[in-house]
Amino acid sequence: MRFIPVTCEERAEMLAVVGVDSVEELFADLPEDARLARPLALPEPMGEVELAAHLRGLAARNADSEGVVSFLGAGCYDHYIPAIVDAVVSKPAFFTAYTPYQPEVSQGTLQAIYEYQSMVCQLTGMEVANASMYDGATAFAEAALMAVRITKRRRVLVSGAVHPEWLETLRTYVEGGAAVVEAVQSREGVTEAKALTSALADDVAAVMVASPTFFGTLEDVPAIAAATHSAGALLVLGANPILLGVLESPAAQGADIAVAEGQPLGNPMSFGGPGLGMFACRQEHLRQMPGRVAGRTVDVDGRPGFVLTFSTREQHIRREKATSNICSNHALNALAAAVYLSAVGSEGLAGIARSCISKAHYFADALVATGRFAREFAAPFGHEFTLRYRGDVAAMQSAMLERGFLAGLDLGRTSSDLAGLVLFAVTEKRTRVEIDRFVAEVGAL
Amino acid sequence: MRGDDLRERRIGTLIFELGAEESRCVEPPRADVPQVDLQAALGEQVRTVPPALPHVTEVDIARHYERLASANFGVDSGFYPLGSCTMKYNPKVDEWACRLPGFAGVHPYQPESSAQGALELMWELQGMLGEIAGLPAVTLQPAAGAHGELTGLLVIRAYHSARGDSRKKVLVPDSAHGTNPATVAMCGYEVVQVPSDERGGVDLEALKGLLDTDVAALMLTNPNTLGLFDENIARITEAVHAIGALVYCDGANLNAILGKSRPGDMGFDALHINLHKTFATPHGGGGPGAGPVAVSAQLAEYLPGPVATRDGEGTYSLSIPESSIGRMRSFAGNFGVLVRAYAYMRAMGRLGLAEVSEQAVLSANYLKELLRQAWPLAYDRVCMHEFVLSGAQMRKEHGVRTLDVAKRLLDYGYHPPTVYFPLIVDEAMMIEPTETEGKATLDRFAAVLLRIAEEAAENPDLLHGAPYTTPVRRLDEAAAVKRPDLAWRPGPVVGG
Repeated sequence: MRFIPVTCEERAEMLAVVGVDSVEELFADLPEDARLARPLALPEPMGEVELAAHLRGLAARNADSEGVVSFLGAGCYDHYIPAIVDAVVSKPAFFTAYTPYQPEVSQGTLQAIYEYQSMVCQLTGMEVANASMYDGATAFAEAALMAVRITKRRRVLVSGAVHPEWLETLRTYVEGGAAVVEAVQSREGVTEAKALTSALADDVAAVMVASPTFFGTLEDVPAIAAATHSAGALLVLGANPILLGVLESPAAQGADIAVAEGQPLGNPMSFGGPGLGMFACRQEHLRQMPGRVAGRTVDVDGRPGFVLTFSTREQHIRREKATSNICSNHALNALAAAVYLSAVGSEGLAGIARSCISKAHYFADALVATGRFAREFAAPFGHEFTLRYRGDVAAMQSAMLERGFLAGLDLGRTSSDLAGLVLFAVTEKRTRVEIDRFVAEVGAL
Repeated sequence: MRGDDLRERRIGTLIFELGAEESRCVEPPRADVPQVDLQAALGEQVRTVPPALPHVTEVDIARHYERLASANFGVDSGFYPLGSCTMKYNPKVDEWACRLPGFAGVHPYQPESSAQGALELMWELQGMLGEIAGLPAVTLQPAAGAHGELTGLLVIRAYHSARGDSRKKVLVPDSAHGTNPATVAMCGYEVVQVPSDERGGVDLEALKGLLDTDVAALMLTNPNTLGLFDENIARITEAVHAIGALVYCDGANLNAILGKSRPGDMGFDALHINLHKTFATPHGGGGPGAGPVAVSAQLAEYLPGPVATRDGEGTYSLSIPESSIGRMRSFAGNFGVLVRAYAYMRAMGRLGLAEVSEQAVLSANYLKELLRQAWPLAYDRVCMHEFVLSGAQMRKEHGVRTLDVAKRLLDYGYHPPTVYFPLIVDEAMMIEPTETEGKATLDRFAAVLLRIAEEAAENPDLLHGAPYTTPVRRLDEAAAVKRPDLAWRPGPVVGG
């Protein structure tokens, strides 16, 4: 398990060529007081057999989606991942490659990025997409910074109905003073129209909403877009990529920048990371877009090929004038998303979305019918919904976990105002049998 | 017709051009509940025009991506001496581990009692990274090195703010990675460049001249991007601290000093660690990586959360530090990457990790000795895990640029080194062999580079036209900008 192939004899030969007696001499530039005079206080090495057993032991102490029936979502979803996805992302030529800075030997990565960008454009209705950001939250934050650069305005209005972690990430990203973030209150699980209109003015760079919202509800995006544009601001819309199989595209709904958490597209939940930040915008704003972009061109023999392009936006060229400091992105997760979207196709994506939505509606109705849950919001919803539980949410969840279920997210955990509310998500993996069993068990508590 | 056009799948054929309208791979599950009327459930917002996604079978997908993979070069393909990127071998057991259902299938919001194994792994990893850094508090949140830089500088900003100190500038050496100044700008600070001295280190006198009470921090990579350990490091950190500023370490080059020297002991206050460099997690064709940040005790309360904690009874949980700068992203971190790094560190253990740096440094110095006769060194000193050659003389004598050398290396089956970085070396070629390459590989690579030097003298045009054997040859980057084609669109005419 050393992964160091040089033999003792070779090491001696190498030292001789370098002209030193020991490796220690090569560290002579390290000043005495900056040296570690003892071995690192770390565990002893492990062979692969022991290591595998140790890791299996750690993994066994986590409940996972193979062992429990999950109704948890809130930004991370238990969708089915087709076998072909891991078969592709497991190819060493993809996952052991670096950023494609040498295009002649990186056509695989570059074409895969180009195809991914194309698919993101198809889903969002936008003209350009980047090669990926870290996750939905950071894509959302970068979208705000981009809107500030485009409009040269500093106020950013964010719906109170977006994922709280997206809002918190955005707040952190503007700590340096690039923008002033104001939350617009939500009502009935969606952005309050009146609050938004009264906050809008000609110093607003962007209005930022998500549809579906954190609560699973759908916003009236066209109305928000109209209000936003009449103030000369840009609309940043957070979307769910699975629902885009059946929902009107962000561009068609009036968004100027579309972002999404792409984990649902073929990426494992993996305790919340790595996710996939999907980012798309209109062509006119390309030069303000953060992140890498691949483009199609030709080589000296006229053959089609792909390169990273519009790099003058990026940190390795522009340094402090770059559109973002992002360098490493989530290319392998983007590859997984592209393979996923190829595997399901547009009919499959629509079918999966419809399956999730149908099951979610069936589940919501059945939960309400138990008399233990009540609908909280009237707005339409997709595959995720918020109900009020008539009882102690934490006790219900822990009782249901004992019965093999992850019973949604206790929204009281995210904010005390939301105590008593539970956010449920339903994917196409859930069966009627599982849903019926959950309903019967929770009704009997 | 060119021969290419007759090949079953020629280069550049898009997945959108494969299959047929009726081709399918994975279909949705059969309906077992009543299907909603989408119009009734979602209202006006139902999509009218479906996205134009590929219509392909699983065979199409398998062959398409196999063909793309065959046009790619990874660490498993061959030697990848990309300076500053630490392209070491990515152990297979790490890939196996992160795919275990008990890791890959865990939801970030499931009760902590049902994720104790994941939390223990994170807590242990925080501890190990803190020990290596010589800095006690660690956050695993950052998704990449640049994200770690942003985290670290925001923590430093919060530290100053809490003391009522609003400083405006951050010092960055002229040899720094581009992410450093870009991060400084994102944090709302002004970038002030620090020159290097004739030995390739920070020009100490110039630094002292730039230090005033408006300076919030110095960002420094040590060993630096020239592969040199700054001998004055203690004096540098001392001078910066003397004016109340802090020192941030870009940990990109940590592979040189594991178990030898710790950034905390050098006087650094904060450090990001690229797990996808030093700790062998794969680069994924650009990511995902992970960039945990380690900080000194006085900065611990500002770290972004959540971080993993352990109570007296051995129960693990996630918590947000007291004066946290807030979140840097959703959820706790790039857990799948953390699992790989943890597995690697446990496999290597304390002695294995020290051996990593010893061999990485020896291999770099060995390769440097083999090459110096043909390529002048930018700085003729003992190097750490990488070194920088200059192709300026070759350009002057033969009109062959470093770019040409890099492209010619592709014909010999090697990934080129990093070129034209750091910016302070003319025609730079930055070589980092890493410890996972054998002596025979280094010998062959050196022989090839020496051969290319001969080719440059004998037949410069051979190099100007390289590469010849790759899936495509030099690409027209200007045309890519002039006529942007950034996404396929459906239509009667597709392809090029």
